[in-house]
Amino acid sequence: MERTKIDLWVGIFVALGVASLLGLAMKVGNLTSSKIGDTYTVTAAFENIGGLKPNAPVKSAGVVVGRVEGIRFDTKAYEAIVNIKIDERYAFPKDTFANIYTAGLLGEQYVGLEAGGDEEVLKNGDKITQTQDAVVLEKMISQFLYNKASETKDDNKSTDVKADTKPTDGKSTELGDAPF
Amino acid sequence: MLGFLSELGQRMIARVWRLGAGAHLFFLTIIYSGESFRRFHLTLREIYFTGVMSLLIIIVSAFFVGMVLALQGYNTLQKYGSSEAIGVLVALALVRELGPVVTALLFAGRAGTAITAEIGLMKTTEQLSAMEMMAVNPIARVVAPRFWAGVIAMPILAALFSMVGVLGGYLVAVPLIGVDDGAFWSQMQANVDFRDDIVNGVIKSLVFGVACTMIALFEGFDAPPTAEGVSHATTRTVVISSLTVLGLDFVLTSFMLVV
Repeated sequence: MERTKIDLWVGIFVALGVASLLGLAMKVGNLTSSKIGDTYTVTAAFENIGGLKPNAPVKSAGVVVGRVEGIRFDTKAYEAIVNIKIDERYAFPKDTFANIYTAGLLGEQYVGLEAGGDEEVLKNGDKITQTQDAVVLEKMISQFLYNKASETKDDNKSTDVKADTKPTDGKSTELGDAPF
Repeated sequence: MLGFLSELGQRMIARVWRLGAGAHLFFLTIIYSGESFRRFHLTLREIYFTGVMSLLIIIVSAFFVGMVLALQGYNTLQKYGSSEAIGVLVALALVRELGPVVTALLFAGRAGTAITAEIGLMKTTEQLSAMEMMAVNPIARVVAPRFWAGVIAMPILAALFSMVGVLGGYLVAVPLIGVDDGAFWSQMQANVDFRDDIVNGVIKSLVFGVACTMIALFEGFDAPPTAEGVSHATTRTVVISSLTVLGLDFVLTSFMLVV
């Protein structure tokens, strides 16, 4: 009599454990969302991949269509070769454009695919020829500052070119020239 | 000076000797596990005492740990305008670290001490010797069922701790603070990986289960058969278990984070 009660409690205990593990997997973890069935693999060469990592998402129009399988360095062309696994349900034209984007300002990097207009579709082992590298923030900032510096030099010579909206006093032109 | 050195050496040798004896007991426990599995109701009984009876302390502390995590996390995250990431913070902290570690620490205090005291008292009152006289192997009859009960109960308790903690965090973050409900769960799901985070947490709790239960069993088995000896052994169970769990946690984490 006593033992059956213990059995019941242990049963409840194990059921609770299994339920919470299932809850963790389904509700907390990504077991439901990252299900990719059969895939095909294509490669893409980038001159600079920034902070792209294996297993990063591959998105098209914002929808996750695959994952980055692996990244290696091509010693002949000095490029990064990225292997991309795409879900077999999604076919992309041969002239698809591959970009490396950043989610948010400081978020993780992912591969964005923009479909082209070709009749033929990418198959297993194909190579995406049109790629665009990751944006390196330092490069962009230095370029921006360089442009700004040369711009202000020009402004000193002829201020009237800048005044595009309406003729105003000197104060607002100064504000418009502020770097940010 | 010489006396001090010799005492130091004796203590070291005693430690090493105890380590070897513990490993011996572990080995014997594994060997005699088959016998204890044939009488599984013994193990079930121990799961009831170590697992089911620990449910209350685990659930209540998990709930509060989750709530505190959410409050503290929100306090810092909102400075950076990313209070939606609070779900990720709570879930990762619980699943990776706090779930297995805090469960193991509570388990050592709640169940480990009970095991040590029980076996120590059995030894003091010569019940273990009596079993041997009746040709009943005390390791198969007493030690192995408790060992397997601890190993089975720990991952279940840790998973429960993590889940209840996430629910506690949810309760503070969403209805109380007002973080968006959808962002809370979706950010969590996007950043918690099943293999890298959840399965690794379960592996950790399994290892902690083996360590905690084995330490408690050995301390009980090794206790001097006096009232004082049993009380010292119980204290040592908590101290050694806690230190072992924290040290093992570092080792396991460094193995798991290697890319």
